[in-house]
Amino acid sequence: MRTGIVVPPEESDTAFFWKGSLARGYFRFFGRLLVRFILSVHGIGAFALITFGVMLSKIGVATAVVRPLTLLQIARSGLRLLPLASFLALALGLIVIGQTVSVLSRVGANDLLGTIMVATVVRELGPLLTALLVLCRAGTATVVELGTARATGEVEALEVLGIDPIHYFVVPRVIGMAVGIFALTVYLIIGALLSGYLWAFLQDVPLSPGDYFSQMAAALTGLDFVLLGAKSIAFGCGIAVVMCYHGLAQPLSLGEVSRATVRAVSQSIVLCVLIEMFFIIVYLLAG
Amino acid sequence: MISSSTPTPASPAVPAFEMRNVPVTALRDASIVVLEQVNWTVEVGDFWAVAGLLRSGKSDLMALAAGISRPARGVHHLFGQELIAGYEYERLALRLRIGLVFDGGQLLNHLTLEENIALPLLYHRGVTPEISARLAALMELTGLEPWASSLPSAVNRNWQQRIGLARALALKPEILLLDNPLTGLDPRDAGWWLEIVDSLAAGHPIMDGKPLTLVVTGDDLRPWRQRARQFAVLRNQQFIPLGQRDHLDGHSEPLLRELLSLEARSLPRPTQT
Repeated sequence: MRTGIVVPPEESDTAFFWKGSLARGYFRFFGRLLVRFILSVHGIGAFALITFGVMLSKIGVATAVVRPLTLLQIARSGLRLLPLASFLALALGLIVIGQTVSVLSRVGANDLLGTIMVATVVRELGPLLTALLVLCRAGTATVVELGTARATGEVEALEVLGIDPIHYFVVPRVIGMAVGIFALTVYLIIGALLSGYLWAFLQDVPLSPGDYFSQMAAALTGLDFVLLGAKSIAFGCGIAVVMCYHGLAQPLSLGEVSRATVRAVSQSIVLCVLIEMFFIIVYLLAG
Repeated sequence: MISSSTPTPASPAVPAFEMRNVPVTALRDASIVVLEQVNWTVEVGDFWAVAGLLRSGKSDLMALAAGISRPARGVHHLFGQELIAGYEYERLALRLRIGLVFDGGQLLNHLTLEENIALPLLYHRGVTPEISARLAALMELTGLEPWASSLPSAVNRNWQQRIGLARALALKPEILLLDNPLTGLDPRDAGWWLEIVDSLAAGHPIMDGKPLTLVVTGDDLRPWRQRARQFAVLRNQQFIPLGQRDHLDGHSEPLLRELLSLEARSLPRPTQT
């Protein structure tokens, strides 16, 4: 039976303090985590399917609006991160080469430098670092923007105008992030390989540039290029979908935007690691 | 001279929209029922004023009428067809026949005022030669041309709402819903809105002189008393139609007295354009 006004209960960020106790039992605590995780996976999965459905069914629809938005997103999650990515590339070369040179020169195996760069930078660290970089810079901004848009009623405004909010808000961001992460990964890897040689040279490793690059060419296979492309695009789509889901899927109030951002970032990191693991398995099976 | 003094056109077979036994739920939370069992028929060319106090569900009713939210049960027909059914693209043409001006405009904050108005035109029609003329006419309607390239945050809420009106009119809908258009306005802004609503009801040049079917909501019926032709109030989760203007005098609805009995404010009488 309905009893007049129903006010849904809400919990503030500091509710735990006033309640005075932490979770009542570990089972309940982990159970709640597990249920929340399953609900998230379900929600994000459905959201991803809807997004890709809209993306495919609306190819060529309203390009006058969606194309500029897509270019903007490519710029925001690719082009504008180039300086930061270059810096990271320099650092990555130093980290990998600096550590391995000291180990390799002890066993006299300096001719493995190029091979190690391929195994670490090209296959693993390059794509993952780029994804995390874009997640921090462009991904967080996405949740805040979309969460605010949702809270201020922009989504409803679009619906009334016959504009699919997924098409307007999500599709450009998914394409932008996929293209952005792919392109940045390529730049980051090239930069890291070059800076790797720079650091090796500065540490007086007796290695000619020709040897270094031919070692790498020998270590690279066609599969590396395919998996690199697939992985960076998967990172881009995955991060964008998680970010947009948390920004758009539930009606938020402005105060909930920061919490949604935190949730979205942690879930994106988990997703990136899962994608990384998946591709390692693919690599091991195919290689 | 009030344009709405013309009698309601002879009702055609198909009403502009029709709700039968539709419960209205809150837009933000579908589990909260704000109005039970709305039965409402709006004929083509009608002018309805729906009044209710704050939190009585006016905005949620408008959102449902415009097809943003889906009724849990009952029938909601727009020009004789179901608005939310089947695939989105099948209903697009139907959806564009109804426009909604949100309380406060609800503009897209990352677009300038002009881009906000241009958005539906660009999205549905693409870049066409006529677009700039239409855009200029709509911008002129709002009287905010100097702010055309400002972001919504640069102008106040009332002006954002004007842009919201221009955006809703861009694609020439046949039904226009105005949600709380007069809330928080100074007398001059209120006069602007009353004047524009009058001329939209009579046939504004921006709509090629075609009279619109109008529904306005508000927490005060006095400005609409002599304008609207049909009235309804929202009270205790009920949609209560009051009938035509001449039925208002001596109507037994208790809320009506409250909505009409306050000291008359000195709203300027708009002059007919």
